[in-house]
Amino acid sequence: MNDDPRPMIRSVLAERAGLPVDVDTLSDDADLFAAGMTSHASVNLMLALEDAFNLEFPDQMLTRGVFASISAIAAAIAELSATDAALPQDGGSR
Amino acid sequence: MALKVGVDLVSVAAVADSVRVHAERYLRRVYTSRELCDCVTSSGAPDVRRLAARFAAKEAILKVLREGDEAIPWHEIGVRSDRFGRPSVELAGGAAALARRRGIDALDVSLTHEGQFAAAVAVAQMREAA
Repeated sequence: MNDDPRPMIRSVLAERAGLPVDVDTLSDDADLFAAGMTSHASVNLMLALEDAFNLEFPDQMLTRGVFASISAIAAAIAELSATDAALPQDGGSR
Repeated sequence: MALKVGVDLVSVAAVADSVRVHAERYLRRVYTSRELCDCVTSSGAPDVRRLAARFAAKEAILKVLREGDEAIPWHEIGVRSDRFGRPSVELAGGAAALARRRGIDALDVSLTHEGQFAAAVAVAQMREAA
């Protein structure tokens, strides 16, 4: 994935993370749990990110660290996108 | 012997919102099949108060299980109720392996819900490190 995922991540956070603060006030490395995201809200965030980026977080990525900051989420999405791109696709390259 | 305690509080409205927005994807990613059978209303709809209590239990149990930031899917931690409504914990996969590795001999949980909140407390009995 070449596009910067952070604007979309911020949009999803604003809609689904239930943060008590404006997402625009948070840096990319700000701790989202410290900013008020609950564990349950992190489930919503995960599902909404899957919808937005058309991917699925595997069980081995279900740590607090993966969803702890915008930077961490972006890194996880990049990793998943790279893995997806490396998989053989039906009908050749895309 | 050592004891470790975890507690968690969950908004019932937040669980209701997740059921409304993400429906089956949310239910299947978070809850065990047994929990989904146990947490239905008389009309067959998801009972969001009971689901919220179970989510609180999962998080309370995660607090006693985790040493660091191990990846534990929520559906590997289950709560089942006996015919008297007494809850017990069922662990599977990585959650069960982590409990064994940490020397947890017994794990118990208590759940409650009132109004817009559900809460749970988990207690683990652990063998002392040699």
